[in-house]
Amino acid sequence: MSRAEQLPQPLSIWIVNPFDDIPGEGLPPLRYWTLARVLAGASVRWIASQPDTCQRIYFANHTSHLDALVVWSSLPQPVREVTRPVAAKDYWSRGLVRRWLAQEVFDAILIDRTDIKVHQSPVDLMLREAGTSHSLIVFPEGSRSVSGEIGEFKSGLYYLAKKRPDIELIPVHIDNLNRVLPRGEFLPVPLLSCISFGPPMWLERGEAKLDFLDRARRAVLALKE
Amino acid sequence: MNDLRTIALITGVLALLTAATGVGQFLKRHPDRGLDPAAVRTFNLRIRGWWILCTVLAAAFWLGTTATVVLFGLVSFWALREFITLTPTRKGDHRALFWVFFAFTPLHYVLVGLDRYDIFSVFLPVYATLFVLARVAFAGDYKRFLERTAKIQAGLVVCVYCLSFAPALLQLPIEGSETVGRSANFRLLFFLILLVQFADCMQYVWSRMLGRRLVAASVSSNRTWEGLLGSATSTALLAAALWWAAPPFQPWQAALAGLVVATMGFAGGMTMSAIKRDRGVKDYGTLVVGHGGVLDRIDSICFAAPVFYHITLLVTGARP
Repeated sequence: MSRAEQLPQPLSIWIVNPFDDIPGEGLPPLRYWTLARVLAGASVRWIASQPDTCQRIYFANHTSHLDALVVWSSLPQPVREVTRPVAAKDYWSRGLVRRWLAQEVFDAILIDRTDIKVHQSPVDLMLREAGTSHSLIVFPEGSRSVSGEIGEFKSGLYYLAKKRPDIELIPVHIDNLNRVLPRGEFLPVPLLSCISFGPPMWLERGEAKLDFLDRARRAVLALKE
Repeated sequence: MNDLRTIALITGVLALLTAATGVGQFLKRHPDRGLDPAAVRTFNLRIRGWWILCTVLAAAFWLGTTATVVLFGLVSFWALREFITLTPTRKGDHRALFWVFFAFTPLHYVLVGLDRYDIFSVFLPVYATLFVLARVAFAGDYKRFLERTAKIQAGLVVCVYCLSFAPALLQLPIEGSETVGRSANFRLLFFLILLVQFADCMQYVWSRMLGRRLVAASVSSNRTWEGLLGSATSTALLAAALWWAAPPFQPWQAALAGLVVATMGFAGGMTMSAIKRDRGVKDYGTLVVGHGGVLDRIDSICFAAPVFYHITLLVTGARP
């Protein structure tokens, strides 16, 4: 699948080269995900975890509008093809470029943050869109943190885990992207960032909502080192 | 005559690299020689790095002056990226940084490529500095103002301004630069890079063999006065022996240049160590685990390039 899988197994941390998943010889064609990754200077680490095409929910801290795009583009191609980021409708449906990116490029599930109804809860919408084969990228904080600290997780992740206990939950830590494109800015500064994927976790039987959310948040924090 | 010298230089470097590769592979196959396997691995990695460096330089030289300037520009951009990534900035610096990365850095290299010494010698140290100060002030965040602007300015000067004096050597009017392809100028640039690399190695070797007195234990645990002295002497001797490769120099002038290049390279390594220690990281590529950063590779050349450039100016009496 990717070079990561050919590396020796005992190595629990390894690096995924931005160009490793593009087959063929010679220079890789410039594609949007390559571009996104080069622009965000993202290095990718899998810590005690491996890329896999099985159905998963990746949950990450939210620091920048680039988060969804960069996490998605740091997955190896076969995984990326079955993974859909969950993003805010008010941001990603505005403007031609953003709409094109969201619809055509990374096939995002857009959630309307302003108009949440009882019969149309975001959790149901996400699970319906994910079906039985797609993975999701979610940001349980709900909105981008201002201070750079990881805020409390909203309960969405708990209900996702409760309704689909069979799906693996993968913690993801995004480092430094908030400096690449801070809240309220529209031009990026090309600093280096780091995306860390952690080991899968599940909702334990009978685990209380707050305990689970706290455990999930600490799993993301643990990847910070 | 000129091309004979180029061929001699290339042959010499290739022979040296091949010999070093042979030794490295031999040591790898025979771990029973009582040498530290980690040191052998480091040695082999270093040699691989030099092969890559020589290949990239050869390709750029073959493509010409513009390609070489562009190559150094990209290296500067990447080094600045690493520098600012490890330097804490605040949100108020964001717009200033955007212009620093996407306007000042490329424009500076355009001026270098156009051989406009009169402008590029003041462009970053004066105009970029004034711009950064004012832009950060306009952003309205006055907290630790001088500290923040100084960080951005230090990054620009070390990673961009200083490094750009290396490709600027290609524009100097020296004896032999009127020949097609400016082979004398390319030899001068290669001479500088060779001396810097050699000085780095010698510093390591002398420190290992004779090192007693650390220059500053809190900054670097392997840079000693003996290493500095040994590296400056050896580099001066190598430079004097290779004086024929660097067009404007007499042997004693080449030796002096070697001495200064080694000392400046050492100073560059110390400076970058100090910054790394302050940030609590081992190397600038720390975000990519297991790889040293670009900045770790070029710190010595950043410090040596401007001084070497001006020594060449003094020796030739040329005006840029």
